Amino acid sequence: MSGKPRLTYLNGRGRMESIRWLLAAAGVEFDEVYLETKEQYDKLIKDGFLLFQQVPLVEIDGMKMVQTRAIMSYIAGKYNLHGKDLKERALIDMYVEGISDLMQMILMFPFSPPDAKEKNLESIKERATNRYFPVFEKVLKQHGQDFLVGNKFSWADVQLMEAILAVEEKLPTVLSGFPQLQVFKTKMSNVPTIKKFLQPGSPRKPPPDAHYVETVLKVFKK
Amino acid sequence: MSGKPRLHYFNGRGRMEPIRWLLAAAGVEFEESFLEKKEDLTKLQKDGSLLFQQVPMVEIDGMKLVQTRAIANYISTKYNLYGKDLKERVLIDMYVEGMFDLNELFLMYIVQPADKKEEYFANMMNKAENRYFPVFEKVLKDHGKDFLVGNQLSRADVQLLEIILMVEEWKPEIFAKFPLLQSFRARLSNIPAIKKFLQPGSQRKPPSDDDVVDKVMKIFY
Repeated sequence: MSGKPRLTYLNGRGRMESIRWLLAAAGVEFDEVYLETKEQYDKLIKDGFLLFQQVPLVEIDGMKMVQTRAIMSYIAGKYNLHGKDLKERALIDMYVEGISDLMQMILMFPFSPPDAKEKNLESIKERATNRYFPVFEKVLKQHGQDFLVGNKFSWADVQLMEAILAVEEKLPTVLSGFPQLQVFKTKMSNVPTIKKFLQPGSPRKPPPDAHYVETVLKVFKK
Repeated sequence: MSGKPRLHYFNGRGRMEPIRWLLAAAGVEFEESFLEKKEDLTKLQKDGSLLFQQVPMVEIDGMKLVQTRAIANYISTKYNLYGKDLKERVLIDMYVEGMFDLNELFLMYIVQPADKKEEYFANMMNKAENRYFPVFEKVLKDHGKDFLVGNQLSRADVQLLEIILMVEEWKPEIFAKFPLLQSFRARLSNIPAIKKFLQPGSQRKPPSDDDVVDKVMKIFY
């Protein structure tokens, strides 16, 4: 027992990636267990590890935590990334929830049928450039500070950084209309814990490929 | 300006209902502005009132809060329905997130095409009966207390009651297997603020019928 949090998920981004980002940004080292077969997953369920029979699972501080938002809210609270009071927390929560809606589209994208892929990519582009990025561009412009909320690094900054990079992987010029976000991206890249996470060899996972999709379908097959 | 929170949504349950429940359970009076047609939504969007162009939106304490969970988190914390420390909070969050997942299935049920409805309904009830309710029955059994977390009323209890009552509307026989959920339901329903919300004339919304579905399609699609 190392005392470090232990993450159980597939060896890929999925719903665990945002948690990896947050732990890394908080400077917290963690171990990972990768699900590769249905049998491993069924065993976790049988052993009673998964409250709702689902992963992500994070073992931390003596608890077996499930549900992505519950886990992230805990980590953010524990490592002071959730604002200094209720009002800051509400702002952070709103921003994170909005970004999470965009990330959901990216999460589901690899599982789209081939004839829907182009349309779905177009939807991601439309939402990113018309609904989500303009909000954060405006927030940063209005207060002129480095971080989204309370002039202090928070969960919202980590989540936005992750989203920017994920969308850029699919749409490399997506930030061209967003100068504040470009500056934000550079600043976040230089936050030491994030800089470390962005280097090769970190726990950061590569974009989902065909093998990842195959593994997901295999492990979670009913 | 009454100082009361004002909820912006259509006149139906949807994603706003858990928030109505929380405010009611906390004993907080609130006002509602109902979207009746597309123009009502467009106006709110043009006014800049909706951070991500979407409802629910709740005007509270000088803020225009959006995103169901952000709103629910704020209300829960403000009115002490979110546990006493981080460990209680994460338990509440785990339970509530499971309930949100189940509620999501309920939300999507009313918009299923006719030929898919039966299968969808069966899957939805299967999840309630085999994935979610057994968890909460066991939680109550293991600690033997009246409330899910920390021996005091929290948002987890309020949301569980809401879900129980919704499933009861569809398939009451499920609860034969869950005696502790039955007694939980009876107990929670007697809490004065909740009892009041369960009475006719409260701001609790009825199950969505075809008229509501039609309206939703016109406003949002």
